[in-house]
Amino acid sequence: MANLEELVGKIKATFPQSIEETVVCKDEHTIRVRLSCLLEVARFLKEDPECGFDFLSDLCGVDYMGRAPRFEVVYHLYSLKHRHRLRMKTSPADEDLTVPSVVSVWKTADWHERECYDLFGITFSDHPDLRRILTPDGFKEYPLRKDFPLRGR
Amino acid sequence: METASDIRTEAITLNMGPQHPSTHGVLRVVLELDGEVVTKATPVLGYLHRGIEKLAEHKTYHQSITLTDRLDYTSPFINNLAYVLTVEKLLGLEVPLRAQYIRVMLSELTRIQSHLVWLGTHALDIGAMSPLLYCFREREETLDMFEMVGGARMNQSYFRIGGLAADLPEGFEEKVKAFCEVLPARIDGYERLLTENKIWLNRTKGVGVISAEEGIALGLSGPCLRGCGVKWDLRKANPYSSYDHFDFEIPTGRHGDSYDRYLVRLEEMRQSNRIVKQALERLPAGPFNAASPKVVPPPKELVQESIESLIIHFHLMTEGFNVPRGEAYCSVESSKGELGFYIVSDGSSRPYRVKIRTPSFVNMESFATMAQGRLMADIVAIIGSIDICLGEVDR
Repeated sequence: MANLEELVGKIKATFPQSIEETVVCKDEHTIRVRLSCLLEVARFLKEDPECGFDFLSDLCGVDYMGRAPRFEVVYHLYSLKHRHRLRMKTSPADEDLTVPSVVSVWKTADWHERECYDLFGITFSDHPDLRRILTPDGFKEYPLRKDFPLRGR
Repeated sequence: METASDIRTEAITLNMGPQHPSTHGVLRVVLELDGEVVTKATPVLGYLHRGIEKLAEHKTYHQSITLTDRLDYTSPFINNLAYVLTVEKLLGLEVPLRAQYIRVMLSELTRIQSHLVWLGTHALDIGAMSPLLYCFREREETLDMFEMVGGARMNQSYFRIGGLAADLPEGFEEKVKAFCEVLPARIDGYERLLTENKIWLNRTKGVGVISAEEGIALGLSGPCLRGCGVKWDLRKANPYSSYDHFDFEIPTGRHGDSYDRYLVRLEEMRQSNRIVKQALERLPAGPFNAASPKVVPPPKELVQESIESLIIHFHLMTEGFNVPRGEAYCSVESSKGELGFYIVSDGSSRPYRVKIRTPSFVNMESFATMAQGRLMADIVAIIGSIDICLGEVDR
């Protein structure tokens, strides 16, 4: 784990302006990235040999209703070479709920971002095909938002 | 007379599923065809979307275990494991070694069972009827064992936060032992039916090819990625639940086609069998639950005798327990690939957010690449070889 700590330190030193916060919780490292620098940091994380985060395990949204900014997009990164993990977070502005798409960095983000759009209503700019994926076409709601009821109205 | 050049041709769009026996559930694929060649395949998902992630936010941590069984219903124990490991990580709970070994043993039996279902149905899809009958004969034996520990053939919810629902029942170990003895010969039997079968080779070799680079970019994991030659298995790479105590190999393929995925899964069954045997031989004695009365309900005998235990039991079953504020991501090697749970806790007795990273959903993303330029008939072989479970794709 010490290794990962150094690595996070290095990432922070490379992007002093872009990394807003680093957190360690349950031996898991998290970096919070400024929205405008997301793509730049993502590319670095994938291409830098020491980071080597070539595998995007997961991408998901979280709704912190009542907080500002309300939504968070969470990326779980993995390196097949170094076998380490890193969590990256960013928050879209409440006014437009738009996050740059990382499909150009990790192709697998395509479906993950569609799911996040489908369930939370977060838009991913420059996504090749941003459509709903789990709910039916024409569905208007975003079911994983906290203000969406569990039972039908 | 009409010549070939006079015949007017056009690309057609063909709808496959969601009710189609070879899609292994309610998968729908929109195929664009030029003659019999698939120019584009677009999966349409969501027919089995039950909102499991939303439901989990409204249930106590214990109650959600039953939801995880219903993700990939061919590997219930592995789903349980991924979930309970994540909650245990949030709680900082140590699980006794006996429980860890039993979890490993049952996870591996599940992997065998899942691969048996896969092999039988995949072979049936491409025209081989007999493997199904043999595979389901062995599968029945595993289901008998699962019924012994969990009381049901499917959806057992046997793994609990802090340990297990109960200790192993009497006669279980003998049954597993007998199964482990016969399984390798049975796998040889499947191989005799298929591995060098000319029709099987024609239907799977060079079909649904994907390169390692492409697979990694698309998030492919499990036997599908190992079929491309990537030696990555979370049981070895990031061991959990004492997997590092066991001796086993990670089989890999070379060509990334349906045939190599078949070979990888067959070898995985043999390796799983090895793990089960080792776990059985070295099964430590001791408690099967963590000594954590705030999380683990008191033993049933005590509940029937002492009022305090009854109150604790009642409290845990209705209110649940609070989990410290924080977040954790835990992933395990399921029969299909990386199965991960990301849980955010706000300190209450219900999770604030549960995100499930299911291998079937992500592996399905590679389908379009594998199907591109293949014949219509290959589509069935490709879907089968990815080994998806729609319960897991749609959640």
